[in-house]
Amino acid sequence: MSTLSINVEAENTALASHDDHAHEHHDTSGDTVFGFWLYLMTDCLLFASFFATYAVLFMNTVGGVSGKDIFELDFVAVETAALLISSITFGFAMICAQGQKKALTLMWLAITFCLGATFIGMEIYEFTHLIEHGNGPQGSAFLSSFFALVGLHGLHVTAGLIWMAIMMIEVARRGLGKPTVTRLMCLSLFWHFLDIVWICVFTVVYLMGVM
Amino acid sequence: MLIRNLCNIALASTVLALSGCSGGVLDPKGQIGIDEKNLIIIATVLMLLVVIPVIVMTLYFAWKYRDTQTHEIYAPKWAHSNKIEAFVWAVPIVIVIVLGVITWESTHSLDPYKPIEGKGKHLTVEVVSLNWKWLFIYPEQGIATVNELVFPANVPVEYKITSESTMNSFFIPQLGSQIYSMAGMETKLHLIANEPGTFKGFSANYSGAGFSGMKFNAIATPTQGDFDKWVSDVKAKGNKLTKANYYELAKASENNPVTYYGDVDKGLFHTIIMKYMPGMKDMKGMKKMTDMPHDMAEHSATPSISQGEE
Amino acid sequence: MSFLGKLSLDAIPYHEPILVFTMAAIAIGGLVLLTLITKYKKWGVLWRDWITSVDHKRLGIMYIFVALVMLFRGFSDAIMMRTQLALATSGAPGILPPEHYDQIFTAHGVIMIIFMAMPFMIGLMNIILPLQIGARDVAFPFLNNLSFWLTASGAILINISLVFGEFAKTGWVAYPPLSELTFSPGVGVDYYIWALQISGLGTLLTAVNFLVTVFKMRAPGMTLMKMPIFTWTCTWANILIAASFPILTAVLTMLTLDRYLGFHFFTNDGGGNAMMYINLFWAWGHPEVYILVLPAFGIFSEIISTFTSKRLFGYTSMIYASGAISILGFIVWLHHFFTMGSSANVNAFFGVMTMIIAVPTGVKLFNWLFTIYRGRLQMTVPVMWTLGFMVTFTVGGMTGVLLAIPGADYVLHNSLFLIAHFHNTIIGGAVFGYLAGFAFWFPKAMGFKLNVRWGKAAFWFWIVGFFVAFMPLYVLGFLGMTRRLNHTNNPDWNIWLYIAAGGAVLIMFGIICQVVQLFVSFRDREALDDETGDPWNGHTLEWATSSPPQAYNFAVIPEVHDIDAWTDMKEKGQVYQSKASYEPIHMPKNTAAGVLMGLTLTIFCFAMIWHVWWLAIVGLVGAIAVFIKRCYSNDVDYYVQPEEVLATENAFNLSGSAKNNSKGIKA
Repeated sequence: MSTLSINVEAENTALASHDDHAHEHHDTSGDTVFGFWLYLMTDCLLFASFFATYAVLFMNTVGGVSGKDIFELDFVAVETAALLISSITFGFAMICAQGQKKALTLMWLAITFCLGATFIGMEIYEFTHLIEHGNGPQGSAFLSSFFALVGLHGLHVTAGLIWMAIMMIEVARRGLGKPTVTRLMCLSLFWHFLDIVWICVFTVVYLMGVM
Repeated sequence: MLIRNLCNIALASTVLALSGCSGGVLDPKGQIGIDEKNLIIIATVLMLLVVIPVIVMTLYFAWKYRDTQTHEIYAPKWAHSNKIEAFVWAVPIVIVIVLGVITWESTHSLDPYKPIEGKGKHLTVEVVSLNWKWLFIYPEQGIATVNELVFPANVPVEYKITSESTMNSFFIPQLGSQIYSMAGMETKLHLIANEPGTFKGFSANYSGAGFSGMKFNAIATPTQGDFDKWVSDVKAKGNKLTKANYYELAKASENNPVTYYGDVDKGLFHTIIMKYMPGMKDMKGMKKMTDMPHDMAEHSATPSISQGEE
Repeated sequence: MSFLGKLSLDAIPYHEPILVFTMAAIAIGGLVLLTLITKYKKWGVLWRDWITSVDHKRLGIMYIFVALVMLFRGFSDAIMMRTQLALATSGAPGILPPEHYDQIFTAHGVIMIIFMAMPFMIGLMNIILPLQIGARDVAFPFLNNLSFWLTASGAILINISLVFGEFAKTGWVAYPPLSELTFSPGVGVDYYIWALQISGLGTLLTAVNFLVTVFKMRAPGMTLMKMPIFTWTCTWANILIAASFPILTAVLTMLTLDRYLGFHFFTNDGGGNAMMYINLFWAWGHPEVYILVLPAFGIFSEIISTFTSKRLFGYTSMIYASGAISILGFIVWLHHFFTMGSSANVNAFFGVMTMIIAVPTGVKLFNWLFTIYRGRLQMTVPVMWTLGFMVTFTVGGMTGVLLAIPGADYVLHNSLFLIAHFHNTIIGGAVFGYLAGFAFWFPKAMGFKLNVRWGKAAFWFWIVGFFVAFMPLYVLGFLGMTRRLNHTNNPDWNIWLYIAAGGAVLIMFGIICQVVQLFVSFRDREALDDETGDPWNGHTLEWATSSPPQAYNFAVIPEVHDIDAWTDMKEKGQVYQSKASYEPIHMPKNTAAGVLMGLTLTIFCFAMIWHVWWLAIVGLVGAIAVFIKRCYSNDVDYYVQPEEVLATENAFNLSGSAKNNSKGIKA
């Protein structure tokens, strides 16, 4: 459901900004960004609930593997780097969008997309690797909460990637009108938010897990 | 409004009258229950100090300032008064402070985990909620019963509580507090009966289809001697509860008759708690049980758990 | 896995006479309704003016319609439960076996809280809040329509469970391990999960929508501390929704993963921890009750100040009191399970925190009292509900504080005392509030007032019925009767069970009176017409519009100088004045996207419940496709032309000022 909720919220708030007519109605792009920001706060609480559950359950390995046994920090570090860099490249995309540079915006978005896809690809590899070795989410409460927390983040990133693909088509077709830039702004908030969440995941789950 | 007030008064007096009535939490037969009843009464009286004036004022103001009373003062713009505001914040605050102190103290003195002081050594009973019946194991006596709990009056009893399956709540209203029973963990409760008698006990937390029949009698015998005699009677019946036939007992069943077991496998209670924790020592003996199908559904012990065993 | 998953003909409970009868009744009723709509050619109206509408007032009316329908459903459950318990005494089995009875009390709880109280509250908020702040619509009108259809989808799923399969047999809290696959292998819990999940999503979107509306779209001059009190309490409720519903989403997702994919969040085996569910559930569940009751507090405040023709006493402290309740509401969840064996310090802390909530609540009660003081109280139906609330809720609050004392809770927990307490606060607090608001704002939404006689009859049946039905439950709690029992065997309890059943019948008469009231009022709508848009000499901006308001609400956005903005404008004589010309008004267009998404997501959830994976994918992809299409549509808004505005406004202002002059108010 979470993927859906993101799409619903994100796209819709973007939609509400869709009026570039000049009229007495107040400018709604501010409302859209504010609404989207509020949505991100609720999403933050969704993650908080999963974090809390992970914190309660991560000791419950029922004699099976613990974080120490399965986390490969080097691999995850590369994954993390991809996502962190993608945040920076999205920043460049936004600067270009504000400057109405369509081609450059598209280029930076494409780079961001590739980095995000790398991240997701690596995560999928990690998950399949774990499941193949019998450490799937059914193994223990620890594995359940690990898969759910990291998977939830992964679903968010996937939704972000789909949204980004749609935005690239939009920018290519319609250029950088005001509503499009507002939508990009929401996506960028979303993307940076996921970055921050990932830093927490990396710290709480992986770094503290191998300690 | 009048009718409603009369209703209230009538009900309030019924409630008071009920304290003389049999069988509820207002008719306690044990020290914990008596303390809890007193706590309820004190707190209620304290709160009525605010509640009654508020109700009376509501009805009085509504009557006095009804729109036909044109001779009453009418102040349409009057909407603030520091004095009244201070008053309306202060009154509830004072009551809550008093109640808060009472709460803090009583919560500590009535802590279900706290042994009862000054009454000598506790009798220990291990309580297991099964679908849908109660198993009571007497580790010191080496006997067990289903749906009947016997202990001497005036002797404090320590209950160690767990569950085989769903969550229940172990409750004997006339003796006092209840505590949840949860699978894979042990909760504790300390109760005492001040006089001999038979008290109703049941599960106070819904646990499925047979929940309503999950009742037992809690019998406080007049003396220790009576209790000892009961124990030897149960022992004389033979009928051993082993880890193997515990599984039969654990199968879902409703309205179970009282059953006695003259002998119990040592450590059965511990085994029941630990059965959900592979990797712990006791798993070996109970391993089979986890893999056995639950009678309510296909219960799948996941393969990875067995992996944890290796 | 077959093509239809777990779905087969056996899923239809045709061997249950009660259910077959219900299904037949629903089928016949539905057919009659469809025939009538077709006969009077109302399909077009229904589609254009309601189903696809993004107008907050119409959406509000639809929310309340859903709430009333679900009230009938939830109340039928209540009547069945009380009948069962009145018959199944002294060892008799009664009419409902546990198999059926357990579903009924679960459905009753879920329906009354999630599908009756919530839509009622959100409906009133939808109709009134944008009007009160002088806005033309909410911040995201399409989102508002979508929220409604998500809520409706949840309600539809619950009703589908009557016909296909079963509903959960776990109690409305669905505690694991009982709600896990091991102990609830049927589809009941899955219905529960998906119905709550989808409607919860709708509620969350509503909260975000209305928070943006309130913070960004207030009329000029309306500072936060000049906002009407109902808007304020709704805002606190929306903050609570935004902060608590994600927790519900999370905990339901975890239960879903446990049940569908064999995860071990809350299972007995695999290291799961059921206590985590209980904590998370109440971290949502406790704020939820304040979400229900805070807007009701706002409604009472509006009503009391309107019908005493007086300012609300202690406006500022009301706002701070609501804020305190909201914040404290988040740190008391543990009082729902004092008996889980937490340490004395933890229990005592949560007990004391809970009691502190009594302080701001008490302040509110005193403020209402002092609003009546030196006022001119008119005994209208909304006022009667309010006075009824003040008496009833005080009792409910008292028993609540009693339950907050761990030492008392150890013997009262899960007993009928608890049941009496929360019905005392939810009916006596929230429901009375909504019914008061319903009577108060009905003319605004529909254009005509409600019949008074039937309204008063309904009130008396409700309140007497309430006391007769629930006071015995307090007694039964003291007598040691626990909740969710299917039958009893204790002669001391019988008399109280009979009285309680009688009370439920009285409440039923109250509900019947309300149905008659609606019918009679509709019949006499000409005589009850509200031509000024201000039938009660109101204080706030919703009364500045016609009844029902124009789609655009305000031809010119009003300027606000006072908390009671409309009173202020009336006193300054700035009302009912037409302008020579108007600006064109920008409005959102209707859209079918919301209802289509609701439909596809209902299909998705239904397919998930029955493990029909291909259909689930179809439903989900369909919903996303509709959504993306809507997002890229350019055709989402239109302008109301000045001439049209002028004509409408002239007609309204003429009748408004005529009525106003006859009342002797200087205009």
